[in-house]
Amino acid sequence: MASSFSRVLSSKRNLGILSVVGGSVTAGFLLHREHLSAGPSVRRLYPASAEYPDLRKHNNCMASNLTPTIYSKLCAKVTPNGYTLDMAIQTGVDNPGHPFIKTVGMVAGDEESYEVFADLLDPIIKERHNGYDPTTMKHPTDLDASKIHSGQFDAKYVLSSRVRTGRSIRGLSLPPACTRAERREVERVVVDALAGLKDDLNGKYYSLTQMTDEEQQQLIDDHFLFDKPVSPLLTCAGMARDWPDARGIWHNNEKTFLIWINEEDHTRVISMEKGGNMKRVFERFCKGLKEVERLIQEKGWEFMWNERLGYILTCPSNLGTGLRAGVHVKLPRLSKDPRFNKILDNLRLQKRGTGGVDTAAVGGTFDISNLDRLGQSEVQLVQTVVDGVNYLIECEKKLEKGQDIKVPPPLKQFNKQ
Amino acid sequence: IPMAKNCHNDYKMKFSLDEEFPDLSLHNNHMAKVLTKEIYGKLRAKSTPSGFTVDDVIQTGVDNPGHPFIMTVGCVAGDEESYEAFKDLLDPIISDRHGGYKPTDKHKTDLNFENLKGGDDLDPNYVLSSRVRTGRSIKGFTLPPHNSRGERRAIQDLSIEALASLDGEFKGKYYPLDGMTDAEQEQLIADHFLFDKPVSPLLTCAGMARDWPDARGIWHNENKTFLVWVNEEDHLRVISMQKGGNMKEVFRRFCVGLQKIEEIFKKHNHGFMWNEHLGYILTCPSNLGTGLRGGVHVKLPKLSTHAKFEEILTRLRLQKRGTGGVDTASVGGVFDISNADRLGSSEVDQVQLVVDGVKLMVEMEKKLEKGESIDGMIPAQK
Repeated sequence: MASSFSRVLSSKRNLGILSVVGGSVTAGFLLHREHLSAGPSVRRLYPASAEYPDLRKHNNCMASNLTPTIYSKLCAKVTPNGYTLDMAIQTGVDNPGHPFIKTVGMVAGDEESYEVFADLLDPIIKERHNGYDPTTMKHPTDLDASKIHSGQFDAKYVLSSRVRTGRSIRGLSLPPACTRAERREVERVVVDALAGLKDDLNGKYYSLTQMTDEEQQQLIDDHFLFDKPVSPLLTCAGMARDWPDARGIWHNNEKTFLIWINEEDHTRVISMEKGGNMKRVFERFCKGLKEVERLIQEKGWEFMWNERLGYILTCPSNLGTGLRAGVHVKLPRLSKDPRFNKILDNLRLQKRGTGGVDTAAVGGTFDISNLDRLGQSEVQLVQTVVDGVNYLIECEKKLEKGQDIKVPPPLKQFNKQ
Repeated sequence: IPMAKNCHNDYKMKFSLDEEFPDLSLHNNHMAKVLTKEIYGKLRAKSTPSGFTVDDVIQTGVDNPGHPFIMTVGCVAGDEESYEAFKDLLDPIISDRHGGYKPTDKHKTDLNFENLKGGDDLDPNYVLSSRVRTGRSIKGFTLPPHNSRGERRAIQDLSIEALASLDGEFKGKYYPLDGMTDAEQEQLIADHFLFDKPVSPLLTCAGMARDWPDARGIWHNENKTFLVWVNEEDHLRVISMQKGGNMKEVFRRFCVGLQKIEEIFKKHNHGFMWNEHLGYILTCPSNLGTGLRGGVHVKLPKLSTHAKFEEILTRLRLQKRGTGGVDTASVGGVFDISNADRLGSSEVDQVQLVVDGVKLMVEMEKKLEKGESIDGMIPAQK
């Protein structure tokens, strides 16, 4: 991929919004990171020491990495869109976290946040993404689904397969910071592109402000409808502002490809089916993503992406591929084996309940997905899930026959360059 | 004070008025009723010296469409200057909320407790407790929707210093929310003094719960009859209360305590925010003027089921709430009865209405107990 910065200049643009903004933003992009002009400083009445948050009871990545020195260096900076460090860390200050679950504790308000606040975000990224160093490494992007092998699972065990990611529209601020106008523009750009999808991807958009009661009920029954965020992790970051203005759901007629607009990210893209054909789910995922990208590019837009961080999303935990590929799989015996968690760890997989993040498993059925997001490509991560789930099913079968299972050796995480 | 550079608002100005105007089609609050594109267009480029904008003012009202029966305000101030910079929006809201109060009207402040007539003889068989509360904002600091951690901590420091210098009946202790012991917390809960992190989206969407519980705390005197909340919805909330019906004493302590506290803040060149048009300046426009809610918990099982109960309350310029406070239901015929007005009449005026009104209602209750009619006692509109 060409350098993200030169792409900003070369692509045709919908000039309505960006002709005026473009000057300062592109100028900022052209400079090396060290010299990045972050915009005029914000007015501060108190010294950094008086403003430094009390993080003594906190357990999140932001609290672990925000030293008084880093705070002092960054607190007066502002991105060209007006986003500040205090805004970025507010969610982590307001949500001290949990002794067992380490949340990220910080968000990006725009693409430039990852540059302007790099002194804090880079160590957070490194901690969250198992040592990936954004200052020296490059993230590989690979959406060629044909490379997946053995991607069809035994349907006796795998009930459903799903791949999700997010995409952000370059030039528009992210959900924590976007204005109503920007959010509406995201909706317009994406809905416009989705209207161009054909054949098995042909579908319909349901705006949250305008759907009928019947449409709403159907979306609930399909488990497609998303609600106003209630998690304080999201609300404290400002992502629920102006709800439900410019939020909506698009899905294809076959209900196998779904897009959320303006929830936690500009877009969340989901491909799914009942049964174990992960390869087909991933094929549709890649095809759909590439089509949408082509359609927005026709109008002069593009996704936020760079070679350090891959796809840029609101939460640093979703950088890189932003990809979570997973299955609902029945593992009643294996899940009771004391080696279950170690096996998952070594396979670079995580388990969740079938309600998604922070839910419990029901009846021995688990949501199993990839742990990693950054430093490996989409193909690599989906293959990891495929290989891992196949292994778990083999273990379950062995246990059914009364045979013993082995803990596999740990997978290598990524090629450190 | 030089204008803060509000980069985010400057950036926003690049989008059109139509694109930024909020969708208020399903809303029922004062802000939604008043805000037109014209007003929004006039105000959107403005920013107070500390950087508060009209979008900041209205966010809570955009995020909380309201209720068909209960009309919330739907906006907040971020600093003293908000009431000036966004007059075009706030004056009509203030008028709607405060009975037609005009931009040219003057508000009377009267904290001379001796001007209250009676109030020491409400029947304790009916009046279980009496309470007066208000809020105060400290000049020179921005308000809870907007203030930074540094400001909030400075407010706390000043408040601790001011309160520590009180003595006599006002001698007391400060309990910071993030530093109290478990035993202290238990006691404060048992006394019904402890306030919690706001969960109401009316407050959280306005940014008032940021950085909780940093620089929040509770102070109360040894007698537990005078209580101050620091950095909750306002800089200070001041409460005087006691069991029984001696509202006169409650009000005396309220006035004396407030004035002592104000003197100390003035000495530090940080008096209370006040002006002769809006009275005491607080975060929510509904609390302007006196910011005072004086009330009692009173047993009115018969009167509360009388057909004319609501009308009587309206004529007496009183409102009812459940005994859990705003938005709760009454239990066992016990109601929280307090003044409905805040702006345009003084503290003495408002507490006088409570004293006179509750006295009358208790007499009505006694009449109804005897099976007699109260038709001759229905008051004229005050």
